[in-house]
Amino acid sequence: MQTYEFTSPMTLDNVKKLLSGSTKSIRPLAGGTDLIDQLRVDRRTADIVMDIKNINELNQLDYTNGTLNLGAAVSCTTVRKFQPIIDNYPALAESAGLVGSVQIQNRASIGGNVCNAAPSADTIPSLLIYSAIGVVIGPDGERKIPLENFFTGPSSTVLNPNEILVSIIIPPPPENSTSHYLRFIPREEMDIAVAGVGTMIAIDPATRQCVQARIALSAVSAIPKRATEAESILEGNVINEDLITEAGAKASIECTPIDDIRGTIEYRKELVKVLTRRTIRKCIEILN
Amino acid sequence: MKRIPVSLNINGRDYDVFVWPWQSLLNAIRDEVNLTGCKEGCGNGNCGSCTILVNGYTIDSCLMLAVEGIGKQITTIEGMANGTDLHPLQKSFIKYAALQCGICTPGFLMSAKHLLDGNPKPTEHEIRAGIAGNLCRCTGYDKIVRAIQAVANGEQFD
Repeated sequence: MQTYEFTSPMTLDNVKKLLSGSTKSIRPLAGGTDLIDQLRVDRRTADIVMDIKNINELNQLDYTNGTLNLGAAVSCTTVRKFQPIIDNYPALAESAGLVGSVQIQNRASIGGNVCNAAPSADTIPSLLIYSAIGVVIGPDGERKIPLENFFTGPSSTVLNPNEILVSIIIPPPPENSTSHYLRFIPREEMDIAVAGVGTMIAIDPATRQCVQARIALSAVSAIPKRATEAESILEGNVINEDLITEAGAKASIECTPIDDIRGTIEYRKELVKVLTRRTIRKCIEILN
Repeated sequence: MKRIPVSLNINGRDYDVFVWPWQSLLNAIRDEVNLTGCKEGCGNGNCGSCTILVNGYTIDSCLMLAVEGIGKQITTIEGMANGTDLHPLQKSFIKYAALQCGICTPGFLMSAKHLLDGNPKPTEHEIRAGIAGNLCRCTGYDKIVRAIQAVANGEQFD
């Protein structure tokens, strides 16, 4: 059980001051659905918990010029109901609707899901398939980090202790593209993914060839990451059932799951095979 | 470290209490405000027995700090009835015997209210998904689902 101080800055400038002036460990609090419990059971530590939900930049949500700016504290509920996300990044809306329960989605943020960096985080594959970029600030200013390079291991990221994620930039989706996220859990709701697959497919409407494929996996390696070899099986080709089977098999080889309480290595690899196939098929079905 | 003075607006009334920075909103509502309708089950966001409404959205109050509650409109089970006139969901839970031990009931009622406020005519699947964050170890869920469905169907309970 941790005891800590609490602060609730109203501006990004105040955040910077707090982060640069303090020798104490400061943890940002967005929805708190991971952090508050982790502090209670000593899985993370903090001298100061800094509520970042009152800062404008952390609450931004706009889709202008085809680019999505998603503040790090925006809730899963807001994301899954935001029409431009449903229309342009469907896997992100789907995965936001799979995080925990309604109560959790009402509080939990996508930025928190990213910074908590669970290998099984449902929203991360949906960000990786769209080449999302994290905007981070610290005492030295701002830096932009592609989320593909953001994770360093279970529950750990490239963020320095005095840096926070401000927002996530998601570039425009490719023309004629769609996406789908599927995860497997043993029950219908409220569980942590045994395996999850997010897939984005873009096709050339004239030739029906796949122009770009992105497949990202969760819960089957130490960090969420793309299955690039499976992607390259699809790119440049007209996707048919044989290629879908081949891509599923390749993704299954590429992933490196562990045995744990939720599933064995063998089972998870089989799930990746099946979920990859299903997500590709769903994308093709939508694009047709 | 010192306790922090906070003003919590609960069921339309302001309560001025002192809380620790790390104290959960659930704990503050129960032990400082003395409204004991919301219950602690798991204490980590799985069971939903501490579900309350904050600005109209259900949240697990064990996973929210009391200091975050400043300036928010908080509704607990005590604020659901209109005086002595129970909310239709409360009447329906009684009629359909949608409870046994009762620990989970305040949370279920909050989730059911939130569901019907946003979706007055949910399908059975939508009801089940809407209450997936609430666990009941006594009744199973059929009676709870039926009780919610009855309210959605406009059944009168008087």
